[in-house]
Amino acid sequence: MQKPVDNRAWFLVAPVFMLVAFNAILPLMTVVNYSFQDTFSNNQFFWNGVQWYVELLDPRSELGERFYESLGRSLAFSAIILAIEVPLGLMVALSMPKRGAALALCLMLMALPLLLPWNVVGIIWQLYARDNIGLFGWTVNAIGIPFNYTNSAVSSWVVIVLMDVWHWTSLIALLCYAGLRAIPEAYYQAAKIDGASRLLVFLRIQMPKLQRVLTIGILLRFMDSFMIYTEPFVVTGGGPGNYTTMLSINLVKIALGQFDLGKAGAMSIVYTLITLSVCWLFYTVITTREGKEGAAS
Amino acid sequence: MAQIQLENLAHSYLVNPTQSWQWALKPMNMTWRQGGAYALLGPSGCGKTTLLNVISGLVTPSHGRILFDGRDVSRIPTEARNIAQVFQFPVVYDTMTVADNLAFPLQNRGVAKATVAARVRQVGHMLGLEPIMNRRARGLTADLQQKVSLGRGLVRSDVGAILFDEPLTVIDPHLKWQLRAQIRRVHAETDVTMIYVTHDQTEALTFADSVVVMYQGEVVQIGTPQELFDRPAHTFVGYFIGSPGMNVLPARVEGDRAHIGSQVLQLAQGIAATASDGKMEIGIRPEYLRVERGGRGLPVQVRRVDDIGRIKIVHCLLEGMPIAAIAGEDAEIPADGVMLVPEQTQIHVYCNSHRVE
Repeated sequence: MQKPVDNRAWFLVAPVFMLVAFNAILPLMTVVNYSFQDTFSNNQFFWNGVQWYVELLDPRSELGERFYESLGRSLAFSAIILAIEVPLGLMVALSMPKRGAALALCLMLMALPLLLPWNVVGIIWQLYARDNIGLFGWTVNAIGIPFNYTNSAVSSWVVIVLMDVWHWTSLIALLCYAGLRAIPEAYYQAAKIDGASRLLVFLRIQMPKLQRVLTIGILLRFMDSFMIYTEPFVVTGGGPGNYTTMLSINLVKIALGQFDLGKAGAMSIVYTLITLSVCWLFYTVITTREGKEGAAS
Repeated sequence: MAQIQLENLAHSYLVNPTQSWQWALKPMNMTWRQGGAYALLGPSGCGKTTLLNVISGLVTPSHGRILFDGRDVSRIPTEARNIAQVFQFPVVYDTMTVADNLAFPLQNRGVAKATVAARVRQVGHMLGLEPIMNRRARGLTADLQQKVSLGRGLVRSDVGAILFDEPLTVIDPHLKWQLRAQIRRVHAETDVTMIYVTHDQTEALTFADSVVVMYQGEVVQIGTPQELFDRPAHTFVGYFIGSPGMNVLPARVEGDRAHIGSQVLQLAQGIAATASDGKMEIGIRPEYLRVERGGRGLPVQVRRVDDIGRIKIVHCLLEGMPIAAIAGEDAEIPADGVMLVPEQTQIHVYCNSHRVE
């Protein structure tokens, strides 16, 4: 069939283009704009070239030091919570009941933390982990382990990691559970006939079939944890000292605390690029690996 | 190698079945000969997959026993039975190569490495999988995947029976014949018992030496394709085998005469009067009804003629009941005054759906 060519059809895309420009491209460009300028006050801006970027990426400068330290913390945080939440979520999904009231109860309990707003979770843990009135903090101290997240770096990290695991493990578990349910019964029957052990069933059937949902799960959890702001801010406010000051908290401090729009702009752009490139890298690796093995499955 | 015997075997998914419909499998006794090629034929939901799963051990029967070569295996788990199963959708281990897939059941049973390699090569050769032995199973087409899953059954030297659960459902039509022919060839080469579940009569009739027809959880007839066609033991067999199926008409049978409404049919032989308690029907295949104008026969109204190339299917009404006949492709079908003349020896009498001899 001959398709008619009419370039006026591009006008039909214009509304979407304008909407995207208005709510995504223009705000981003504003940030880009600030990142190349300096200001003292009174909305007076001066062209500053790439100086902010140079400073930001130079670990010897004050800004660079702050940037690299908080970037390191953010990456460490993401790595820790992924290392805990993925295996834990997988284990929960594998041991969930297959049907009946127990399943409904499981699903409901697991969905519950996902529905709580971030700052509510922050407040819950802020109170729960206190060494004087919080059940968790008090108990840990009571069994002889010193625990105080307001003055110990280790304690504060334990709290924010636990809090994230508490909040988000069910996401991984639910995704994996859905993935597991999608495996046809015949696979398990065939494995029985082939005499496969429980471990081999997991390695040869369940893991390969879960690859896709796990990819999505890891991607979501990485992005979310790398951008985490509210929860640690509510619990520790970035402290003690700067021990829990993530990249996002640092950014807000620079932008709104010090009103250094130029530095904050440059940091935002680099921050965004890191997130985008990690996601792109991750996604590309996974999809090309699948592509090599053949798309049909 | 195995001869499979079912002794008073029955299965219900309920604890205490009281009504007939509550049985997934009604009590049955039968023997599957060692080395036979069987087809298990029936409509969806007739219990054929349940029967297959009972034999392979995926379902434990609620009643009766299964014997493999005289050994009771009813309570023995699947992996300990010398049985393999090929499923409706090809089951392959995605991330493993074809060769690893084939080796998998042997490795799990701790077979020596050299033996595994030899068996895998042999089976790969038998199924024509040699060129793809080192490819991952994930990217293969459905027919190749199905071959791999058949291969996993063949590779075990202890396998006495291979069960197929509608294995060609997802295969492209032009490959179906090829794959079925290959399964037949493998059967001839290996002498394993094969039980092939299908709801497609062509598949069943071309595959099997012996076709087992199931209907509502019951085995209604076991026989060669010819027997199923010529002497359907149950009205369902008559209807299910053949295209179009057998005409089944309610009748009143007295001695050697059958009354269909106001029409009388002369039967080849009379039936005992005691056999005529219950719902009586007569069955006659469209192939054995001659279409004539005038003469002695059953007067019918022609409703529609389907010319399907080699033959014509004549759909008629006899006393308001539909009846079909087959005529040659050159036959003239008159618009009215049509008589259907039955072949007397091919009229079957059924009492409560079962054939009366």
